[in-house]
Amino acid sequence: MDFNGSEPRGPREAELLPATVATAVKIVVVGGFGVGKTTLVGAVSEIRPLTTEETMTEAGVGIDDLAGVERKSSTTVAMDFGRITISDELVLYVFGTPGQERFWFLWNGLFEGALGAVVLVDTRRLEVSFDVLGRLEDRGVPFVVALNGFPESPGYPVEELRAALDLPHHVPIVHCDARSRESSRDVLMALMRYLYDLAAQPAGAAASAQPVG
Amino acid sequence: MSNQDWANANPERLYVISGGRDRKSATAGFDLVTLVVARARPEPTMQPEHAAILRICSSPLSVAEISAYLRLPNSLVTVLLADLLAERRIEVRAPVPPAALPDLSLLEAVIHGLQRL
Ligand SMILES: Nc1nc2c(ncn2[C@@H]2O[C@H](COP(=O)(O)OP(=O)(O)OP(=O)(O)O)[C@@H](O)[C@H]2O)c(=O)[nH]1
Ligand SMILES: [Mg+2]
Repeated sequence: MDFNGSEPRGPREAELLPATVATAVKIVVVGGFGVGKTTLVGAVSEIRPLTTEETMTEAGVGIDDLAGVERKSSTTVAMDFGRITISDELVLYVFGTPGQERFWFLWNGLFEGALGAVVLVDTRRLEVSFDVLGRLEDRGVPFVVALNGFPESPGYPVEELRAALDLPHHVPIVHCDARSRESSRDVLMALMRYLYDLAAQPAGAAASAQPVG
Repeated sequence: MSNQDWANANPERLYVISGGRDRKSATAGFDLVTLVVARARPEPTMQPEHAAILRICSSPLSVAEISAYLRLPNSLVTVLLADLLAERRIEVRAPVPPAALPDLSLLEAVIHGLQRL
């Protein structure tokens, strides 16, 4: 296979999945512009992060709230994703997607069947997250909030941020450095533990789950 | 746009690749993380995109990975995969059914896998 360019044409030898892998699960990392989504996906991925693209026109067909959008418009949206082999039978995919409302047309295929989501937040620009959080709640997607630490980020106390973001007390809020594999891994762990607690509880008891961080 | 191929994938080209079929209809049944494994070898007479899929899927690959490697939109890749599936040239391994609450053993497995990362 030809690997001359930086863009791969196929998986490298070391990136091949075991033939026994039978199940794939996915989670979604969503957040505003420049919040560190691509960085986080790259930090945890065992393969070079890849990009899949979709155009507004095709993905938008059949969606009725596209008034004003030209049918021939060629708005292209990229989603980064990475992969973590969990075992010989199970593989986890992590997708990064922009949170702005104009990209929500991507969400149908993305969140359907997803285990849950990480909402990546830059505390310098909290307002970007409001719509995303509301939308996830509407869709019933379980999520954790990860505060990506930039040098100039104000260090609000977690409970102050919880109030500012209007998050119920059971939704975990964790700090992270998206550039660090370990830190980003811990964000995914926080999500998985939260999902585990939700799944382990009798229905309706979700509100009493313990925050992770 | 970072890559040349996508820039070349204008609507006309995409229409030709898909044989003019409705791309929406085929998306049903394929998730971004549906795993695909080739069950046949690529043949010179095949449409190049079909052959390319068989070539890269000698080990399992997700629909999203196929789309990324081929630089084709996801909705178009699912049309190509539907062709190959109808001809029994690929095997697909569907993800955990949506809407089902993930079972505890699955989540435990993911947690253990992440701990080893
Ligand atoms: N200090 C610091 N910088 C970070 C962190 N995460 C990301 N960055 C930097 O922030 C910039 C944006 O990160 P990206 O990962 O590209 O963000 P993104 O959310 O994918 O951005 P878009 O896809 O453009 O919306 C890059 O220059 C990163 O190096 C972090 O945890 N700490
Ligand atoms: Mg990005």
